[in-house]
Amino acid sequence: MSCEDENRGTVKVINNRYKPSGHFHYGSPNTPILNEMGKLLGVTNPRDITHIHSYGGEAIFFESLSKGKLLATRCDNPLCESHLSIYEPFRIHCPDCLVKATVLDITDLAKRTATVHSFMITERTGAFNTLEVPIKFVNVEFDGVCTILMGYLSLGNPKIGMKLLPIFNTKAPTYTILDISWVPAGTPESELPQNFTF
Amino acid sequence: MITFSDKQLKTPKMARPVYLVTGGMSKFARAFPDKRQEELCIDALTEAAEFIGMTPYELKKYIHTAYYGHFADHFGDQLLGEAAMHDRLGLDPLGNVGIKTGGATGGSTLWEAYKTVASGYSDCALAMGWERMDEVPTDEGNNYISFAADKDWETPLGHIYTGYYAVMAQRYWQIYGKEEDSFRRTMAEIAVKNRGYARMNPHAQGPMKITVEDVINSPVVAYPLLALDCCLMSVGAACGILADEKTAFELTDHPLRIDVAAGSHTLRVADRRNMEIPLLPNETKEQYADLGERFPGGDRYPGFTGFLAARMSAYYAYRMTGIHDPTEDLDLVELHDAFTISDIQTYEDIGIRPYGEGRTYVESGDCYHTNPNTGAPGKLPANLCGGLIGCMHAVGATGIMQVIEVGQHIWNRWAEMHSDEGKWKRFGREKPADWTDLQVKGAKRGLAISHAGVGSHVTCTILQDPNHTLEGGMFE
Ligand SMILES: [Zn+2]
Repeated sequence: MSCEDENRGTVKVINNRYKPSGHFHYGSPNTPILNEMGKLLGVTNPRDITHIHSYGGEAIFFESLSKGKLLATRCDNPLCESHLSIYEPFRIHCPDCLVKATVLDITDLAKRTATVHSFMITERTGAFNTLEVPIKFVNVEFDGVCTILMGYLSLGNPKIGMKLLPIFNTKAPTYTILDISWVPAGTPESELPQNFTF
Repeated sequence: MITFSDKQLKTPKMARPVYLVTGGMSKFARAFPDKRQEELCIDALTEAAEFIGMTPYELKKYIHTAYYGHFADHFGDQLLGEAAMHDRLGLDPLGNVGIKTGGATGGSTLWEAYKTVASGYSDCALAMGWERMDEVPTDEGNNYISFAADKDWETPLGHIYTGYYAVMAQRYWQIYGKEEDSFRRTMAEIAVKNRGYARMNPHAQGPMKITVEDVINSPVVAYPLLALDCCLMSVGAACGILADEKTAFELTDHPLRIDVAAGSHTLRVADRRNMEIPLLPNETKEQYADLGERFPGGDRYPGFTGFLAARMSAYYAYRMTGIHDPTEDLDLVELHDAFTISDIQTYEDIGIRPYGEGRTYVESGDCYHTNPNTGAPGKLPANLCGGLIGCMHAVGATGIMQVIEVGQHIWNRWAEMHSDEGKWKRFGREKPADWTDLQVKGAKRGLAISHAGVGSHVTCTILQDPNHTLEGGMFE
């Protein structure tokens, strides 16, 4: 059985219980590690595992990316010192009063005010990276939002203060943070990467 | 939180003073294909015992509880590695616990052992840290390290932790470094200094005799970070023995007073909110009133340019020990130089220099063993072991190694521990013909900073000669 198996593990939830099906782990024999004299020093331990992960209260955020929407949250507790603070990254609960925060759609705010706070360009990646190199990270600030979202720039070269537009993987969503990316303000729709829309 | 109550800002008051009795460390290297981790930990414990003229067997008789710092279970593919180590060190059935705070794991391990002794639970505790980062290839290692970021919001972005840090470096580089060539050279000086000092350290993995130009011409990792601006990935172990006063003086005539404090900040840099700068004893609110004018963009605190966790660890530690001005009150420091630029940021967070002026600590020559501008002893030498850039970053061991290094200066035994031909030979390393004694003459007090990633955890450890403690500390 190879890990390219068509029957790789998938999961459904029925009655709030996980129902996995298919193969969640793939093993292959270990091999000896020898030195140049043929002396045994250790072994390799190959394996491939599929984890299951709940987004919980953040699921709405990741689901909305696939629909072209950027959600944030706001503390609406009038007794909280951070009353009316808006958070992006989305926080399920206010970090100060821990009351459940109100979900807001900030897609339009992002389109109007997204600005590069900082950035980074690198050719280096870790195993399992799926982004094109060089990777360009952008840290995006929005008017009236007290935190700064990290993402990746799909076109152009980043600069502090540069205006950006959000784009969304609505055609083949991965349901991960990679479904939102950024392009320089003024980019025409025809130049967007495959599967992405404004 | 962005405002703090008096209860939260309370200066820790321990029940009794705590002493560092001894410490030891293994050789550090990128890989040890021929050694299990326990062999390296036993090397460290043996060095600690021999340092005070005992056998490990004799020293173990004093240990009452054990604290194990080991960050990344993924690398060694072993859960409860601490329990395995505790057994291999032959310390069952004593109570023990594992500590994991990323790059600050070593410092946090000392923090736990310190509180145990201070509380009276134990009269003598072992703090042992290690890391095994050679059991996967480097790109898989990068992937594992990236899981120390938020796995939903950050890790999928390149699986490259250096990138999550580099966005902070970029901001500091542009706002405080003003993208000046002179600032680039100052960063490079740190890389040259630390790798140069590593040449005098038989334990060190990355000694190099290089120039500022070599650093500036090294490949870009994630601009503005160049290859020679970055720390090492290492394997090795380090340990310290902490005790109360009575036990400490039974074990040695020269124990050192140790105090440890800790701070934290958001795991994701993204979640940082603006707040007022918590002030250290040598700072005033007024001095920062025009920070944003002097450094446009620098009015956001901590923003991406300060490490609140480092600031808070110093905030507590200085008040616990009576430090008013670290540059005046301390004789040497070991800082967490994961990157040259984060080293500069830390000078400001811990008050060696005010915010915005970190670079002058290097440019003045104060951070050197011997000030290159004047030829006189440096005012506050930093990272004489080589730091994370020149010596090692075996994560769980790093913060402990730094404290032992500071201790060896205060014990006035640095040369003994670094010049021994037998040790150089045993480690398979060639002692340089120009080996230099870096002992800080007359050192009485020092500090070590242990720091995690983008600043989620930081500890500040202060060591003092018990006959030269500062006034204003907890017990003075
Ligand atoms: Zn609230």
